[in-house]
Amino acid sequence: MPLERVLQPGNLARDESQEYLWTMNFGPQHPATHTTLRIVLKLDGERVVDAMPDIGYLHSGFEKLGEELDYNQYVTVTDRMNYVSPMANNVAWHMAVEKLMGIEAPPRCQYLRVIVAELARIADHLVCNGAVGLDTGAFTCFLYAFNPREKIYDIFEALCGARFTNSYTRVGGLMRDASPEAIRMIREVIRELPKALDDMERLLNRNKIFVDRTKGVGVLSKEEAIRRSVTGPIARASGVTRDLRKDEPYLCYRDFDFRVCCARAGDCYARYLVRMDEMRESLKIVEQAVENLPQGPVSVGMGERASLPSKGMVYSTIEGLITHFELVMSNRGFEVPCEEVYCATEAPNGELGFYLVGDGTNRAYRARCRPPSFLHFALFPHLIRGHTLSDVVAVLGSLNVIAAELDR
Amino acid sequence: MTNQATIDRLLAAFPAVEPSEFRGQTRTVVPRESVFDALAFLKGDLGFDMLIDVTCVDYLAYRGARGRFGLVYLLLNTGSGERLVVRTFVDDPEPTVPSVVPLWEGANWLEREVWDLFGMRFEGHPDLRRIVLPEEFTAHPLRKDYPLQGRGERHNFPVITRAEG
Repeated sequence: MPLERVLQPGNLARDESQEYLWTMNFGPQHPATHTTLRIVLKLDGERVVDAMPDIGYLHSGFEKLGEELDYNQYVTVTDRMNYVSPMANNVAWHMAVEKLMGIEAPPRCQYLRVIVAELARIADHLVCNGAVGLDTGAFTCFLYAFNPREKIYDIFEALCGARFTNSYTRVGGLMRDASPEAIRMIREVIRELPKALDDMERLLNRNKIFVDRTKGVGVLSKEEAIRRSVTGPIARASGVTRDLRKDEPYLCYRDFDFRVCCARAGDCYARYLVRMDEMRESLKIVEQAVENLPQGPVSVGMGERASLPSKGMVYSTIEGLITHFELVMSNRGFEVPCEEVYCATEAPNGELGFYLVGDGTNRAYRARCRPPSFLHFALFPHLIRGHTLSDVVAVLGSLNVIAAELDR
Repeated sequence: MTNQATIDRLLAAFPAVEPSEFRGQTRTVVPRESVFDALAFLKGDLGFDMLIDVTCVDYLAYRGARGRFGLVYLLLNTGSGERLVVRTFVDDPEPTVPSVVPLWEGANWLEREVWDLFGMRFEGHPDLRRIVLPEEFTAHPLRKDYPLQGRGERHNFPVITRAEG
């Protein structure tokens, strides 16, 4: 069968001459899917003619839950969406809630949110690039990536007590302030991480096996990226020069000096390089944020009636006591306008946004999450057509699909 | 974030469009009959080349709602960075809207998800199947009349239309 026909399966899909093709089931439990997702592949020998993704294995009704839990409770559910970078989800959720309520978080809180969001980005990219290495045969790279990731999880533990499901943010602030110990650990990561990145780059960047398996594989053009709603590092690797941190600066990203990392090739190798560069830029942001961390409270004051006052205030002042009860009583709670708002952040995977509908109660009427993985996995058949079966794992790895975010 | 000129041109082409603003975000409500034409106009003439999201809100018990379902399109102009929220209201019992897959390929899975969870039909969609729920599932669980808790598979629950609700 000529390659041109394989590369254009559109008319072939309804062709009876297809009967000799193999159908292969990939997943939902397969080491290279990393999570629970399934792809049905149509193979001509070793060449992939078509791929049909089948998702939903991890669907747990998160958006339905969002209509039943209040604005602070739901943050625990956002942890479980993209569990590789839960901090970024926490920040995105509470930014959307604060936009709906019209609250602005204090400067120290904004800086700390930037720090945790960027650390989450580094942790996410370490896993993703490590996994791309792992899937293409470089197991050492995976270990190089997981060592510094462990250090980042130590920081999260020092900040909020949880390593994996952080739930660090609250409406109008944070769960608690960063301790000097946590700041010291962040400084240590800033010092140590570049060495690990150098190791990874020395191992992979000019590694013939790795380059052969990723270069020219899964090419996404700029026009297709825009047409298919692709955002984040995948779009930037295809030459879409958009980064919400620069284009629509939220939190305090305006204060920092960093580059937007882009590439033009749009293949798996370009995505790997973009993620590698983004980690260094994120490190620059974290460094600037830690060194210029403003003093002050991490939550909005009692005037806003949005964040719980400290226990000292509750036990010793009448205002503190009233604010506490106004927030925790089931018939009281947040003051939310009957309005709708969309708030987007640049999560490690792409544009993570929440479309919130408030109805005056302390629960969202609708809590829509715009998951980047969902739109990126929809790309998969487009990227894999015409490549070989072994490229499936390389493309899948470079898309960084997190099934819990995909299915919600 | 949306230029006034953009809104003016949209209003000139579609006088029935109602723009509003909240927290620096421009939203427009487009009548259901002209939603496809308005979106095509926004894409072709006003440069909104990326569809960020398609989602739906069930306004069954929402105060002041104008229809059972509110369909939300979030658009982005990647050149200028402009954003626009386009909403349209669709009433039950058989909510149907034209699919925007011919305009933006990215709408494919997003519309499948809205069909799956809300039961909104998209006319002209190339592959309108359930996406996150199994094929044999009978209900559309993000509708407000679908209960959160219940015993076993929730096949037997009172279906409420907007007229009754």
